[in-house]
Amino acid sequence: MFFFLFSFDSLICILLGISFTVWFTLLLVFIIVPAIFGVSLGIRKLYMKTLLKIFKWATLRIERGAKEKNHLLYKPYTNGIIAKEPMSLEEEIREIRRSVSSKDLSSPEFEMSDIFYFCRKGVESIMDDEVTKRFSPEELESWNLLTRSNYNFQHISLRLTVLWGLGLLIRYCFLLPLRVTLAFTGVGLLVVGTTMVGILPNGRFKNFLSEKVHLMCYRICVRALTAIITYHDSENKPKNGGICVANHTSPIDVIILASDGCYAMVGQVHGGLMGIIQRSMVKACPHIWFERSEVKDRNLVAKRLSDHVEDKTKLPILIFPEGTCINNTSVMMFKKGSFEIGTTMYPVAIKYDPRFGDAFWNSSKFGMVSYLLRMMSSWAIVCSVWYLPPVTREEGEDAVQFANRVKSAIARQGGLVDLLWDGGLKREKVKGTFKEEQQKLYSKMLVGNPEDRSRS
Amino acid sequence: MGSRASTLLRDEEIEEIKKETGFSHSQITRLYSRFTSLDKGENGTLCREDFQRIPELAINPLGDRIINTFFPEGEDQVNFRGFMRTLAHFRPIDDPEKNKDPNVSEPLNSRNNKLLFAFRLYDLDKDDKISRDELLQVLRMMVGVNISDDQLGSIADRTIQEADQDGDSSISFTEFIKVLEKVDVEQKMSIRFLH
Repeated sequence: MFFFLFSFDSLICILLGISFTVWFTLLLVFIIVPAIFGVSLGIRKLYMKTLLKIFKWATLRIERGAKEKNHLLYKPYTNGIIAKEPMSLEEEIREIRRSVSSKDLSSPEFEMSDIFYFCRKGVESIMDDEVTKRFSPEELESWNLLTRSNYNFQHISLRLTVLWGLGLLIRYCFLLPLRVTLAFTGVGLLVVGTTMVGILPNGRFKNFLSEKVHLMCYRICVRALTAIITYHDSENKPKNGGICVANHTSPIDVIILASDGCYAMVGQVHGGLMGIIQRSMVKACPHIWFERSEVKDRNLVAKRLSDHVEDKTKLPILIFPEGTCINNTSVMMFKKGSFEIGTTMYPVAIKYDPRFGDAFWNSSKFGMVSYLLRMMSSWAIVCSVWYLPPVTREEGEDAVQFANRVKSAIARQGGLVDLLWDGGLKREKVKGTFKEEQQKLYSKMLVGNPEDRSRS
Repeated sequence: MGSRASTLLRDEEIEEIKKETGFSHSQITRLYSRFTSLDKGENGTLCREDFQRIPELAINPLGDRIINTFFPEGEDQVNFRGFMRTLAHFRPIDDPEKNKDPNVSEPLNSRNNKLLFAFRLYDLDKDDKISRDELLQVLRMMVGVNISDDQLGSIADRTIQEADQDGDSSISFTEFIKVLEKVDVEQKMSIRFLH
């Protein structure tokens, strides 16, 4: 009896050993080796097509379920829910006054009806404003079998629940462990690889090897997230001595861009695991890491960036001028710091497809680790990257105008809304100067321009 | 938004709000979604800070006055019903032929109620009269530091002079209505939904 149990135990061990070996070999052959050589086996594209078919079916099922029960379906609208007039303060108030009296409209004065303008504008912004909705994940119009993005779950039929349960099982029991293994492999190889390359003396061979190591590890990380990326216009890829600017949605942006080209990263020095990665990366090729205290000193930051771009042997710098993560429906104000340096800018537009998993990092709601777990338990990350033609600052254009020009180009290419608001409004209050501008505009309507008065 | 599906409105509540405010089913659902996204504390009510977090409202010179209209006397929290009741003032005016129900009291979005909403923005102490002082204060909010006290004072005096009919140097609601009788209040104080 005892003998039988003993051999049963070892049987289990042998089985586990075999399945582990098989698992790892499959992993190696189908994922890691292609990553090292930058080759794609097309598995991910097939996966994406299958998923889309399933999502379409799921959405139809929900709609049918809702119709049967005679309920109304909640459908989110990305273009806003109310009609807004694009008229200026002056035009609107004039229109209101027009109906009050036939007095000369251009003469400055006050009417009690002026309040209607501010009143309506205020309530419009309460119903639907352009800014606050950029800091929460985009609402989807179809369902992608993730409860985290569903609002109509009371319409789910039995078949759909089974499918959702199956999806849950696949995502958490198969995909997640697979991806976590890959992630650890990728990061581990990065640390080990860059440290080893760092031993070599500076020179062309070191740069070549460092490039290969970085690319390989980022490619493994891309597969760790099942990211399916389409790169457009690769002839415009950033070159040495330039600065690459892109819109920011999540930390994954870095992995996506860095798996297609080599960049010098800019960031704050962290402790812990991030710190280890940062220190080893910098051994292989120069990145720009700032101490926390140095971040506030704008001149120092600008100097280090300029020094880096002047050295043509160093890699292009990757910067996200928005300064914070936005939900990928719009591009918010670009901070002018990096646009003052006076070198070629390479704009890049990144647009995620929200149907497969929402990539937006809501840093006030989720920490980095829970965010990464959410990413790794979504279906996939599908995105498009457009490399826009390089631009330089024109004569008579200041840094702010330059930044806005680049921002508009990125917004146009990615199909995003171009906003002038500061992404920092996620956490901070809006500056008082904007209200003062509104007050100034209105005052002109009451008393006219000071120049007019001095003339009469 | 995330997964706030668990706090979806019940159908009975939607029906009640529909009756009280006149918004359609989908408009109520959408505004509820907006309400929950503003409610950072996730406790089913909004406080003044929740409103002040909207940048476009924060730069509105009368932002604080507008926020005040949502909060009933002395209270610091507004629930969804109260939120909808205030927003209902801005619903476009219905076709007069549609609602022939004599039992329904004047709807929240009638011309009268819209004018009353605007009147209350001026009437700071809620005594149903706009005094010279109150008018001055509201004017100061709208123009900031760009106009001198004297000029603002004369603007206020002229306005009261033109509107005041019973000679009490303040503007009552009836006088207010008379001054604005030609204004297209229906259009200027209404917000149209896209769907």
